[in-house]
Amino acid sequence: MSANPGADGADAPAVRMEGVEKWYGTYHALKNVDLEVASGERIVVCGPSGSGKSTLIRCINQLEVVQKGRIVVDGIELTAGHKNVDKVRRDVGMVFQQFNLFPHMTVLENCMLAPLKVRRAAKAEAEATARKYLERVRIPEQADKYPAQLSGGQQQRVAIARALCMNPRIMLFDEPTSALDPEMVKEVLDTMIDLAGEGMTMLVVTHEMGFARQVADRVIFMDQGEIVEMAGPEEFFSRPKHERTRTFLGQIAH
Amino acid sequence: MIRAFGPNEFWFIVMAVQWTLALSAVAFAGGAVGGLLTALARVSGAKPLRYAALGFIRLFQGTPLLMQLFLVFFGLNIFGSGINPWLAASVALTLHASAFLGEIWRGCIEAVPKGQSEACWALGIGYFDRMKSVVLPQAARIAVAPTVGFLVQLIKGTSLASIIGFVELTRAGQIVNNATFDPFTVFGLVAALYFVLCWPLSILAGQLERRFAKASAR
Ligand SMILES: Nc1ncnc2c1ncn2[C@@H]1O[C@H](COP(=O)(O)OP(=O)(O)OP(=O)(O)O)[C@@H](O)[C@H]1O
Ligand SMILES: [Mg+2]
Repeated sequence: MSANPGADGADAPAVRMEGVEKWYGTYHALKNVDLEVASGERIVVCGPSGSGKSTLIRCINQLEVVQKGRIVVDGIELTAGHKNVDKVRRDVGMVFQQFNLFPHMTVLENCMLAPLKVRRAAKAEAEATARKYLERVRIPEQADKYPAQLSGGQQQRVAIARALCMNPRIMLFDEPTSALDPEMVKEVLDTMIDLAGEGMTMLVVTHEMGFARQVADRVIFMDQGEIVEMAGPEEFFSRPKHERTRTFLGQIAH
Repeated sequence: MIRAFGPNEFWFIVMAVQWTLALSAVAFAGGAVGGLLTALARVSGAKPLRYAALGFIRLFQGTPLLMQLFLVFFGLNIFGSGINPWLAASVALTLHASAFLGEIWRGCIEAVPKGQSEACWALGIGYFDRMKSVVLPQAARIAVAPTVGFLVQLIKGTSLASIIGFVELTRAGQIVNNATFDPFTVFGLVAALYFVLCWPLSILAGQLERRFAKASAR
């Protein structure tokens, strides 16, 4: 992908979290989280509702501010300094459960906005990039439609293309298929599998265990704000160490 | 000396419509700028800004428009700009419109789903572009109908400027009535003229609302 190694050099981890603590008011949402994600690694995060999965990945692009601990993304320290936050956000793409496309803009305009405003790209260049990634997610013919004219699966693929247009080095996915009708889940997962095949660093919150088995380098299980278990998919699914993981896997299997 | 209500009286009143319109236009234009700033301050991350805007809104919502006109009128007088009803009415109505539009538009901005801003943040889009390209265009669609509704209130509210001596439609009616003592003709005409100004706006508001409803269902 882009030849733009982080400030720590090429082997620096894409994401490093150390002793991260997060409270919402008095609610302790992340408890002493340590996590290191290597460049090019694919991580799947699962766990029961309210366990802190969204909070965890939203800390990486500072949609949530943590109260304690260190977060370093691509060699850039995410302290309170706002310059750093902006830098990190330019290099980290995010895909939301509810797509969050801009409804008053066409698909093409959705994809061009950030490159135009943030990268100050020329219009022709931004459009070429947008069309390239719409092609990549296999909906080039929808470029001039509005989001509401597309199916859920198509909208989510536009959201992926929109994030890719910023040339991110890391992609975050927060339950990207949970709001979709079952018949559209596969087209979005296939797009994500393609992306993984191209070596993108990915953190994916999902309950699609087939995807986890096929794509993940490591699977993380969270419960009550803690990372309870972290292992390669083979080990994670066949020999989970913790009782809570086993209970959870038992529940989602049915 | 009682005069009869003739063509001269009729045209005197009709011509006064221009001053009602001028005052409404100035107050609305000023109020749009002030209202946008007030609304942005109300939804800003900076607490002092939020509370200052809230205080401003509460002050103007909690006092009668007539008192606002009096205070500005006599206030400007103290500051030595003399008795100038046109200036006083413009300033008072602009502040009044700023507060009300600020509150209306705050609601419209907050009605835009949080996910829209989160998408911008995640893409690294800054405050200015987020507001200009994403949040405000969506808020504007919601804002059209209540904004035109407020404009109708504002046009009718300009009639209070007659009390500080600004000669607009209502004041023109009072002047003619003092000479003709024909209140039903005079104020019937004045009311009809307000209706002619405001009624098309109400229709327009309805049409715009339907059009935007269709556009967002696209
Ligand atoms: N803005 C907030 N204010 C207060 N509490 C919050 C906020 N956001 C999340 N929480 C709480 O923090 C906990 C973790 O939330 P989070 O969204 O990270 O869970 P999750 O694992 O993503 O759950 P789900 O599977 O339902 O999406 C939950 O108990 C939630 O109620
Ligand atoms: Mg979640």
